[in-house]
Amino acid sequence: MLQDLTATVEAIRKKQTSVLEVAEYYYSRSKNLDSKIGAFITLNPNILEEARALDKRIASGEDLGPLVGAQFAIKDLLCTEGLRTTAGSKILAQFIPPYSATLVDRLKKSGALVLGKTNLDEFAMGSSTETSAFGPCRNPHRLDCVPGGSSGGSAAAVAAGFSMAAIGTDTGGSIRQPASFCGIVGVKPTYGRVSRYGIVAFASSLDQAGPMTKSVRDAALILETICGHDPMDATSSGETVPDFANNLNPEVKGLKVGLPAEYFAEGLDPEVKQVVEKAIGELKKLGAQIVEVSLPLTEMAVPIYYLIATSEASSNLSRYDGVRFGHRAKFDDRPPEDLEEFYSRTRGEGFGAEVKRRIMLGTYALSSGYYEAYYRKACQVRRLLHDQFIEVFKGCDVILSPTAPTPAFRLGDRIKDPLQMYLNDIYTTSTNLAGLPGMNVPGGLSKCGLPIGVQLMAGHFCEQKMLNVAAALEQAMGFNQGVPNVGS
Amino acid sequence: MSAHDWEAVIGLEIHAQLLTESKIFSSDCARYGGGDNEYVHPVSLGMPGTLPVLNQKAVEYSTKIGLALGCEINSRSVFARKNYFYPDLAKGYQISQFEEPLCRQGALEFYVEETLHKVLIERAHMEEDAGKSIHQGDATLVNYNRAGVPLLEIVSGPDMRSGQEAAEYARMMRRVLLYLEVCDGNLEEGSMRCDCNVSVRRKGDSKLGTKVELKNLNSFRFIEKAIEYEIQRQIDTIEAGESIIQETRLYDSAKNRTFSMRSKEEAHDYRYFPDPDLLPIELTDTWIENLKKTLPELPLARQQRFHRDYGIPLVDAANLTEEKDLADYFELVAKDSGNPRAAGNWIMVELVRELRESKCTVNEAPVLAKDLAKMIRMIDDGQISGKMAKAVFQEMWKSGKDPEAVVKAKGMVQMSDESAILDVICDVMAKNQAQVEEFRGGKEKVFGFFVGQVMKATKGQANPEVVNRLLQEKLKGSS
Repeated sequence: MLQDLTATVEAIRKKQTSVLEVAEYYYSRSKNLDSKIGAFITLNPNILEEARALDKRIASGEDLGPLVGAQFAIKDLLCTEGLRTTAGSKILAQFIPPYSATLVDRLKKSGALVLGKTNLDEFAMGSSTETSAFGPCRNPHRLDCVPGGSSGGSAAAVAAGFSMAAIGTDTGGSIRQPASFCGIVGVKPTYGRVSRYGIVAFASSLDQAGPMTKSVRDAALILETICGHDPMDATSSGETVPDFANNLNPEVKGLKVGLPAEYFAEGLDPEVKQVVEKAIGELKKLGAQIVEVSLPLTEMAVPIYYLIATSEASSNLSRYDGVRFGHRAKFDDRPPEDLEEFYSRTRGEGFGAEVKRRIMLGTYALSSGYYEAYYRKACQVRRLLHDQFIEVFKGCDVILSPTAPTPAFRLGDRIKDPLQMYLNDIYTTSTNLAGLPGMNVPGGLSKCGLPIGVQLMAGHFCEQKMLNVAAALEQAMGFNQGVPNVGS
Repeated sequence: MSAHDWEAVIGLEIHAQLLTESKIFSSDCARYGGGDNEYVHPVSLGMPGTLPVLNQKAVEYSTKIGLALGCEINSRSVFARKNYFYPDLAKGYQISQFEEPLCRQGALEFYVEETLHKVLIERAHMEEDAGKSIHQGDATLVNYNRAGVPLLEIVSGPDMRSGQEAAEYARMMRRVLLYLEVCDGNLEEGSMRCDCNVSVRRKGDSKLGTKVELKNLNSFRFIEKAIEYEIQRQIDTIEAGESIIQETRLYDSAKNRTFSMRSKEEAHDYRYFPDPDLLPIELTDTWIENLKKTLPELPLARQQRFHRDYGIPLVDAANLTEEKDLADYFELVAKDSGNPRAAGNWIMVELVRELRESKCTVNEAPVLAKDLAKMIRMIDDGQISGKMAKAVFQEMWKSGKDPEAVVKAKGMVQMSDESAILDVICDVMAKNQAQVEEFRGGKEKVFGFFVGQVMKATKGQANPEVVNRLLQEKLKGSS
């Protein structure tokens, strides 16, 4: 039963198993074991009923689509109609959306089911899932460690075998870093590939949703369904969506793999270095050409990310004011003195500390007298960074680097030092800033059993190249992702 | 310090609601009315994860307005977020345009009585409307039907110098919007809103005084009066040695005065930044040119043409060109009747009154242009008198019949036969010898009595011009 999504869907098509059988397996596993992990905030109580309905339609000869019977653990940042969507926050603790994200609709139209909504850092702001208002999530490989963030729940659900696949979102690394920490595949597509409609916005110019899976071919298959222009999202691209899965080709002979000098500087964790160097070696063996490249503005990535993302977020989160939906402060003892009190009590109660911190940072960076020096300057540097990538991709097909600076750290280790937490993103934020596709491929384990992944990046809309190299690495590294023992 | 030493500096910001079917960034209905929170959508309610998508018609209408105002249309313009908290602002920010608006540097010309004025249009930019807050006791109800309706904000330069000028500017702006069929210019309902910025300075001073914003002026008359009041208030304040507070004031029409808004007015920092959810608007020269070709004859040009070609006084021409349909109607009547001045008078007085009373539009008027024209020709031919025509018009309005039919049915043909009238005059004179003596004795006023008697005897149908002439002859004569 713990085959990847592609194999499971195949089995359902061939009538070797039923949608219900698969659903029962994952649903009961999640229900029984998630208390140890904390991957889910809400499980879909109707999933078995939905599974039965799908089986009925299959029995009557209907072709339900390329993802028939696949279940998805969906990050609780994507709206699911009729199913609670919290964004990991108290302010939306009881919010039941009357609409679904386009991504969710597309999965369903392809025959997939929603298993549940996964745990995350509040409003996707974090790198460890520790800022969730619904309790932390644990790394299935070592329960005293974080799964990464902000899509920690999604990563853990796949790694623990609770779900055959998951959807996460990535604004500064939030798919790739938890994928690396949990030892799974995680893909952030080119900005604009996947519709953002119905995905609770964190940073509008950086957010992208993507698949988190056991295998590269699963990610490719899912991408075919979720990518594509959406008239409800003005920033979604009309670029043709290739048959990523059918075209998957692990042949890397002659392909140029760029290694940015700035990503291999002093201070790289030796265990991480080891895994990445192994990956480089494997690619060389397969005939790829290694190219030294340089991205001098890399050191600016984290600072400009934290200016741009927080600025956009400070504006995106203004709608959480208790007027139309979500938490509203109670004024049973006396009415609010003025509008300001109404807002500050509601938002003060509803938002956690990290969210408040980022709202204030963003408000400051946009404020009169500081806008030029902070926000505008950051946007200009962003443009230059983007242009550096364009130049680099003229001389190579993909870029390879570490995904995260270290393996998963222990719960509680970094949460008290926000700046230290932000430095988790050094290898991943540039990708979002430049709008490029990026992904994590599991590479190996650390001495204490924690996964270490390798990051691949490609030029805009060049996911196929990236997936191909990932498929080659997947085979070459021979990294068996066997499910850690979290209980029977 | 006399009033002559002071100069008022006035600028207007006009918000025009565009007549699109859907809202500017979402598919819900943009029309006025609707049940409570009926015209809403997750996007216009700012619900989590929703995104704006631009309504092309809104861009078309906005560009048309810019072209009509002689503006430079920026081939690239950018939406920006204006951030502030208020319950009727669903997202906590308004999507507007800031550094790169759609239109720049235009002008609006208009007459103030007989003088042509020109006011600079600094910019016009697109934005979304907010919902409506209704205060009820200690609660506030919010209706989001209006949230997301497309607006074009048109900002003038500080070129106006009086309330009258500002009112005429606003009137002309309304005419332009109506002619383009992009806005219904209804100040009371709020589909066109005027905010005025007023400051004063000593004549010759180049520096601007502290400006005060006047809001909620929902008629042209109020615009004029509120500004006039405010100008005087500012002059009085400064002459008393105090300074003007930069604030927003409302107008109390009952007391004819402006007063400060109750709420605390702080300088807002809107933290404008380009909206990352929307692409910049990019317009091609071809698209703009093609749109320009669809512009109708604009109200000023039409007013000037009516004045030049039909001899209509400028002020009358302004009234006749208030709405395109009315102007069209006038031209049909003017050409058809061959008497533009008469056409103008009949329309401005009789037709407009009837339209207002029966609350119908020109196109719904039961009196067709060709029929009014015919009626005017009948007056000019002497078939009916002007006085009779008033009754004919009333009947035409009620029955929808043409003038000839009405006149026939009522037997209202004017008596112009001179010999018949002479007979009546002689008869009247014979019956009123005393008054004849009075008149011939020098009492000129008695003439009116005779006119009345002749009209009475002919049931009002005698041609007054002929009566007058013949009476004069007979009375002044000896028999």
